[in-house]
Amino acid sequence: MTTGSDLSRVAAIIGVDESDEMGHVPHKSSMQHHAEAADNALRDAGLTLDDVDALFCAGVGTVSVAEYLGIVPKYTDTTSIGGSSFLAHVEHAMAAINAGLIDVALITHGEAGRSTRGRVGRDPTAAGSQYEAPYGMIGAPVAYAMACSRYMHMYGPERVRQGMADVSIATRKWALQNPKSFVNHPSWIGPADVGYEDYHDSRWIAWPFHIMDCCLVTDGGGACVVVSADVARNAKKKPAWILGSAEGHDHQIISQMPDLTRTIAHETGPRSMQMAGVTHDDIDLTMIYDSFTYTVLTTLESLGYCGPGEAPDFVANLRTGPGGDFPMNTSGGGLSYAHTGMYGMFLLIEATRQLRGESGDRQVEDCNLSLVHGTGGELSSTATLVLSNS
Amino acid sequence: MTNQPPARMPLPLPTPTQENDFYWEKCKEHELWLRSCNACNEPYFYPRDMCPECHSRDTTWVQASGRGEVHAYAVVERPPTPAFAGEVPFVTALIKLEEGPILPTRIVGVEPVPDAVSIGMAGQIEFDDASETISLPVFRPN
Ligand SMILES: [Zn+2]
Repeated sequence: MTTGSDLSRVAAIIGVDESDEMGHVPHKSSMQHHAEAADNALRDAGLTLDDVDALFCAGVGTVSVAEYLGIVPKYTDTTSIGGSSFLAHVEHAMAAINAGLIDVALITHGEAGRSTRGRVGRDPTAAGSQYEAPYGMIGAPVAYAMACSRYMHMYGPERVRQGMADVSIATRKWALQNPKSFVNHPSWIGPADVGYEDYHDSRWIAWPFHIMDCCLVTDGGGACVVVSADVARNAKKKPAWILGSAEGHDHQIISQMPDLTRTIAHETGPRSMQMAGVTHDDIDLTMIYDSFTYTVLTTLESLGYCGPGEAPDFVANLRTGPGGDFPMNTSGGGLSYAHTGMYGMFLLIEATRQLRGESGDRQVEDCNLSLVHGTGGELSSTATLVLSNS
Repeated sequence: MTNQPPARMPLPLPTPTQENDFYWEKCKEHELWLRSCNACNEPYFYPRDMCPECHSRDTTWVQASGRGEVHAYAVVERPPTPAFAGEVPFVTALIKLEEGPILPTRIVGVEPVPDAVSIGMAGQIEFDDASETISLPVFRPN
């Protein structure tokens, strides 16, 4: 491990939290989740809304959220690149802090994803509406399923299927240890503790995806407070220092993806790790956006944890689950903990908790360095952060 | 309110724009045309005024053979929106056209099961007259 770049440790995350109620929350709006999460995360940071000088949101604009919260930010950013947006916001906040423009950035997310399912409008002239939607290529499962079919064709359908099952089951095992997981929620239907057979028997959503290859659809929110080094040094809790960051995107709709088996993580991963001055072996906890089991396989390869086609072996024998030697997605992930629509915020929350030693039964021993990686859209955008507790 | 059964929800058909109405007009005539760049001499999809490869705005239209092969596919079991409730199961695919570009479409003339389709399978674009004004290119394996 080397010292990293001049931008390393310019900023840190000092507050994270979810909204009050997660899972099935039909009585609350997306904006209520934003507000609750903002309040909770600022409390976690030992700050108040009066301390906030920058606001970052995705999907819903900062103008709406700032009005609701009653704040007047002097720096505002609605970068909306899908589920990875909030990780990109961390980089943008760091850059604004480095430029001396702000000291305290609040990133909020709230989405009644379960309770407002299917109500999102589409621009009829957009490329997706013109060329993909007429065929039923609408929403993430179909797009990701097609990409996965290509990967299976290249690397062997049976071993890839086994890798997908390993990711699904290992992640579920973590979720059982997280009291906030949807699989532990009263409205969860069916058994929560499941195994390989349940995976293979689970119903099809869009072949090659069983329902157990697909993330949940839940309600909820989350927020994250990013501050300057000066503010971080006086923080209430141990800061999660930002050592590395990178963001990128190489298409929007799935038919425009340059290579269905590799995401732009192949650029953002190495850039972020180079900035941090770390290698894969230094990482204690890997948090990877698991919109689908396939997303994890292609991302592990794109990030360089293993070579093309090697991810099914890399995750074999529930290696990423509790007790395995490669802890990944310890919250239970988008697959089994929460997935509101833009899940990236929840990666930041779990990574920060793990780096502080606050993750209870699922705490990873000696967790000092975490790689946190978001993917958004139709495998379109990625953002990679390296966080350290020292 | 009447007692008539609810009308089937319309499928989300494209809305031609000034930039692509030529494409949809040709589809109506059951011909597949691609936008092509005069600077790098490569056809591309989807049709747009700037070449996504070299960013030239000197572009033209060329007719495609309609021949291609399956590059990737999915067998959709759960309707993505209520409009597709009567359509499932169906097979969506990305087709690699003989000219190079990837065309998103649906596969017709096969059982909608994973084993009925394979990657690399060759076939031909034909057209589904979806409305008075829109004909959608679809892919039929040989
Ligand atoms: Zn060109």
